[in-house]
Amino acid sequence: MPALHNLIIIGSGPAGLTAAIYSARAALEPLVLAGEPSSTGDQPGGQLMLTTDVENFPGFPKGIMGPELMANFRSQAERFGAKFETTKVTSVDLSQRPFKIWTDRPHDGEADYEAKSIIVSTGAKSVMLGLDNETELIGRGVSTCATCDGFFFKDQEIAVIGGGDSAIEEATFLTKFASKVTIIHRRDELRASKIMQERAFANDKIEFLWDSEVHAINGTEQLESIDVVNNKTQEKSTLAVTGLFIAIGHRPNTDLFKGQLDTNDKGYLLTNSPATSTNVAGVFACGDVQDETYRQAITAAGSGCSAAIDAERWLEDQHDA
Amino acid sequence: MSDTIENLTEASFDEAIKNDLPVLVDFWAEWCGPCRAVAPILEEIANEHGDKVVIAKVNVDENPALSVRFSVRSIPTMLLFKSGEEAKRIVGAKNKAGLLKELEI
Repeated sequence: MPALHNLIIIGSGPAGLTAAIYSARAALEPLVLAGEPSSTGDQPGGQLMLTTDVENFPGFPKGIMGPELMANFRSQAERFGAKFETTKVTSVDLSQRPFKIWTDRPHDGEADYEAKSIIVSTGAKSVMLGLDNETELIGRGVSTCATCDGFFFKDQEIAVIGGGDSAIEEATFLTKFASKVTIIHRRDELRASKIMQERAFANDKIEFLWDSEVHAINGTEQLESIDVVNNKTQEKSTLAVTGLFIAIGHRPNTDLFKGQLDTNDKGYLLTNSPATSTNVAGVFACGDVQDETYRQAITAAGSGCSAAIDAERWLEDQHDA
Repeated sequence: MSDTIENLTEASFDEAIKNDLPVLVDFWAEWCGPCRAVAPILEEIANEHGDKVVIAKVNVDENPALSVRFSVRSIPTMLLFKSGEEAKRIVGAKNKAGLLKELEI
């Protein structure tokens, strides 16, 4: 029989780790299933593992590196007894209590873990373009991680796709290396915050291609160019670039819970806001996996705190009943 | 860091990949989050499977010519050399099971 845990937290970004800190201090002895290494935001520590300076997390007036911030979150949770496993959940059964969790293999046989309550904080991951060649050229010019790969594009011309905060932040970061960064955006204005926009507009290495979409990625061994079409004039052009950084948005990591937890039409988990409870009693959700609106480290952390308190109260009620 | 993992340089690289065992070379840097996640896994593999594979590292900051020579444009990238020839390229962080599968261990 797998050991029965009071609380299992799935995911270890700001939301999951804040839930771990609070629930560990409440003596729930939480187990965090932290995820597994990858070069996407879907990894232990979450999307902040792919960032450099985090300038807007309160308490760090000079900013802090994303991976360092997440290491701090984790050691704070460990200090109060939270346990961690570097493993990725592959399947859950929320139809019976205790809830059942399988990792690293399909749903068969005895579960790997059992839990009285679960906090889901699996976050979100970058959306890819879905073009031919895209996956083949990852690591050969196509990148999902500017902080990992920017270094290799010294004095080269590259492109960033997207118009939100992460696209503009990546583009600005990449000007440290590249000779020219073209931001390709499908609208004629940016969604990014004012401060990020002003920084990008003031940067003479950054150029903009407005109303434009990439419809082909060219290259065999290495990325050579991309084909761009203007979605207003239908005018086509080819841009010679050696690097392409994709930052067109995120998708919540909820495939795991399909058919068991209610989501909206974009896949975000639905909670009984302001509470973090889901449609399954004893299962709570926090962070980007349930937040289509704010998606900030601090809002994720805040909702992680709420989820821990909700889980603690729910477990107490079960005990009393 | 494990004693069994050698940090290769531009000077020592060619000699190091000439080995009867396959040599897995991890291109990495301090500032790369996913590289840090892979490092302890590579140490475990070096300690547990040292009889089947040699693990080595290249710091891309200190050895830019090696990244250029092997067209490394993303880290972590792990190159597997057999008899001194590049036999496989693994791009991006992977878990231990995934790496062992790539190494056919």
